[in-house]
Amino acid sequence: MEKTTESRWAQLWDNFKFPLLSIFLAFLIGSIFIILTGNNPFVAYYALISGSMFGMSRIGETLLKTTPLIFTGLSIAFAFRCGLFNIGAEGQFVIGTLFTVTAGYIFRDLPAPLLIPIILTAGALGGGLWAAIPGVLKAKLGVHEVIVTIMLNYTALFLTNFFIRTSLNPSTLQGDVQKAHSVILGENARLSNMSDLMPIFGSSSLHTGIFIAVAAAFVMWFLLYKTTMGYEIRSVGSNPFASEYGGISISKNIIKAMFISGMLSGLAGATLVSGLTFKIDQAPASAGYGFTGIAVALVGKNHPLGVLASALLFGILANGERKMQIAGIPKEVVGIIQGIIIIFIAGEAILQYFPDLKKKFRRKGPKTEVAEK
Amino acid sequence: MPHVVEMKKITKKFPNVIANDEVDFTLEQGEIHVLLGENGAGKTTLMNQLYGLYTPTSGEIYIHGKKVDIKDPNVAIGYGIGMVHQHFMLVEPFTVAENIILGSEPKKGIRLDIEKARADVREISNLYGLQVDPDAVIHDITVGMQQRVEILKALYRGAEILILDEPTAVLTPQEIEELGIIMHRLTDQGKSIILITHKLKEVMALSDRVTVIRRGKNVETLVNENTSVDQLAELMVGRKVNLEVDKMPREPGEVLLEVENLKCHNNRKVPVLKGCSFNVRAGEILAIAGVDGNGQTELVEVLTGLRKPESGSIRFAGNNIFKAHTKDIIEEGISHIPEDRQKRGLVMSHTLAENSILGSHKKEPFSKNGIMNYPKIHEYSRGLIAEFDVRTPSENVAASALSGGNQQKLIVARELMRDPMMLIASQPTRGVDVGAIEFIHKRLVEQRDHGKAVLLVSLELDEVMALADRIAVIYDGAIVGLVEGSKATERELGILMAGGSLNKTAEDKEGDHGKNN
Repeated sequence: MEKTTESRWAQLWDNFKFPLLSIFLAFLIGSIFIILTGNNPFVAYYALISGSMFGMSRIGETLLKTTPLIFTGLSIAFAFRCGLFNIGAEGQFVIGTLFTVTAGYIFRDLPAPLLIPIILTAGALGGGLWAAIPGVLKAKLGVHEVIVTIMLNYTALFLTNFFIRTSLNPSTLQGDVQKAHSVILGENARLSNMSDLMPIFGSSSLHTGIFIAVAAAFVMWFLLYKTTMGYEIRSVGSNPFASEYGGISISKNIIKAMFISGMLSGLAGATLVSGLTFKIDQAPASAGYGFTGIAVALVGKNHPLGVLASALLFGILANGERKMQIAGIPKEVVGIIQGIIIIFIAGEAILQYFPDLKKKFRRKGPKTEVAEK
Repeated sequence: MPHVVEMKKITKKFPNVIANDEVDFTLEQGEIHVLLGENGAGKTTLMNQLYGLYTPTSGEIYIHGKKVDIKDPNVAIGYGIGMVHQHFMLVEPFTVAENIILGSEPKKGIRLDIEKARADVREISNLYGLQVDPDAVIHDITVGMQQRVEILKALYRGAEILILDEPTAVLTPQEIEELGIIMHRLTDQGKSIILITHKLKEVMALSDRVTVIRRGKNVETLVNENTSVDQLAELMVGRKVNLEVDKMPREPGEVLLEVENLKCHNNRKVPVLKGCSFNVRAGEILAIAGVDGNGQTELVEVLTGLRKPESGSIRFAGNNIFKAHTKDIIEEGISHIPEDRQKRGLVMSHTLAENSILGSHKKEPFSKNGIMNYPKIHEYSRGLIAEFDVRTPSENVAASALSGGNQQKLIVARELMRDPMMLIASQPTRGVDVGAIEFIHKRLVEQRDHGKAVLLVSLELDEVMALADRIAVIYDGAIVGLVEGSKATERELGILMAGGSLNKTAEDKEGDHGKNN
């Protein structure tokens, strides 16, 4: 047994050494850009780190930004495990918020211990159903999920905007004037603020959604690696032909995986609404949590625990950005660093998918073979 | 006179693998030189370096005594080297003539001179006695014909040295014989031929000299007359092997699998099974013999629930399993060794432990109420690995880390440990080494001796004849003949495999004699 655990650590290190290296290199290259803008990289990175981690209320803000990214990262990682590229986390997130607010209004008279689970479930269900649409289309008709999920992102956004303007508007439901946002959730539908529970978090808006997010990662890990369902989903993701051979239904697992993936994105929306915004604003474009989730999943190597770590990294970058700006460094630098991390990690993935390319790189490397006569 | 080809101390390193380790190889004028070795021994890699597809890490190549640097296939062609690959590289919708001239087309101004092309092809095919119809379209002609086209293509480019990579894998026994005649005709005209193979019988029948390669190193170069199949097998594997299959006669039991008038389509919706009927009894090995592409793949897929049939009936132990789901077919007690182990048989990124329960993952003790019992799975997997001698550091490594032979052993282990009533083995020894072949054959016979039904689908006639109690020959989607295993002859099977009928055998024989004289 001793040996097994040892090799498991080695395996874990094997999986994460490349992302860690990528992050380090990204900061290194990012510093070139900082120098180009006429600033000192040490000052910039100090601002980034201090702005996101020095002091409990800053850590609280960082975790607040991390929470939805954990959910969307898990969502995309889960779909990836079944071989599906869920670009629709953004749309599923938006539908999650829509369902949460709707349920919050319908059941507004229930006490908090009942209402909060109901609205979170509603949000998850909304995201899940929204994701099941491309799942069913892929499983039954072979329509590629990337196309359907991208299109559904817009559908979700405009559908939600429509409901905010009409049936969910305070003017319709509460006889108020027309507003640019939905009805506001009551106190009994709101997740507790962390600083109420632990005053040490001070002025941060961190809510208990972070616990749900971390729990979701462990649930996903258990589901993927300890259940027959996870075994089937991973099998279909790695080799659908062999799965079929083993009596595993490809189409059922595709739908299942999309539904669960969508539920996770839906929960991102649900916890955001129930923990922070309490309403949905009409928006010309969506917030981008779903898209950042793709990067989070990629950096976290599609492993639930890897996603926790990489979501935290993206949370730190997002929160430290402001402090960097105050220090006079353009906030685009953070975007550049994010981009470089992704390029490095995706670069490795590309080499994995095209082993020939890898060989070619190695072969073409030293051009020593000159014709001798 | 200098050697036609001399390769000296060729070393080719890939990341993590040394494919060739200081290999020496010489080819003489007008000889057929076999390069013999197991799959993965480095035969094709060595020849790919001669043909310019790879450049050696170190070592030297001489052609007619002159040191050369073959950077790419165009250089190789310039030196008169032609290669016929295992998988043909022909443009299917083009005609024979168009394929042969492709890349060095005769032109009239800027236009293709198709008349000259056809005349050229006729001339060259007469010159070497390789009859082809220049106007036939590639996808209408037989595989044997396509191979001829490939050889002509190389000759058209002025090849003096021909490399044939596993040319017999796709041919019927008669076509193999014909290929032998063609090869000798070519060497009579001064061409030199390198034949890559792992089939020992062919070596003895076709070669002048043999170079044996094992694990990337050359073992020995022998003259045909001074060697034997047994010696070559030993050199190839590195130990003594028993090529004979020990099999006692056995009285078969009742019929287990009954297939009647089965029809199905392939992925392009073209009918491939056109009324296939046969049955398999308990305690017998029924082999389906045939040339690749006559519906074997689809037949096995239909029987195992991986492809939906159009019509017909399939009954197993009295139950109707027509259009049944794979899961239920496994439940019925049918195990399946798939023809493509990497595509169907294994999830390469899963560990051996996870692979060893594929198909029974929902059964106790491997899982209960949807929760996997990994300690039990690992224990079970270790048992499989030990009993079936799968060479691996542990059950925790990914299936992709194993060699082909060991991957196959793991699949065989998984399928047999399920204790099935019937085993469907589709090309169970394809691409595995001689040692593993011996092992797998023994296991198949063991199943039969234990009263299980075994359906063996194989393209290797030797395998079919060594193992089968009865042989059903499939041609164009139907069983065209059924022969007792002990009475079958290669010639008889070959005729059936080519679509002929045994009733006319006598006539055919006369016809053949007429042609040969």
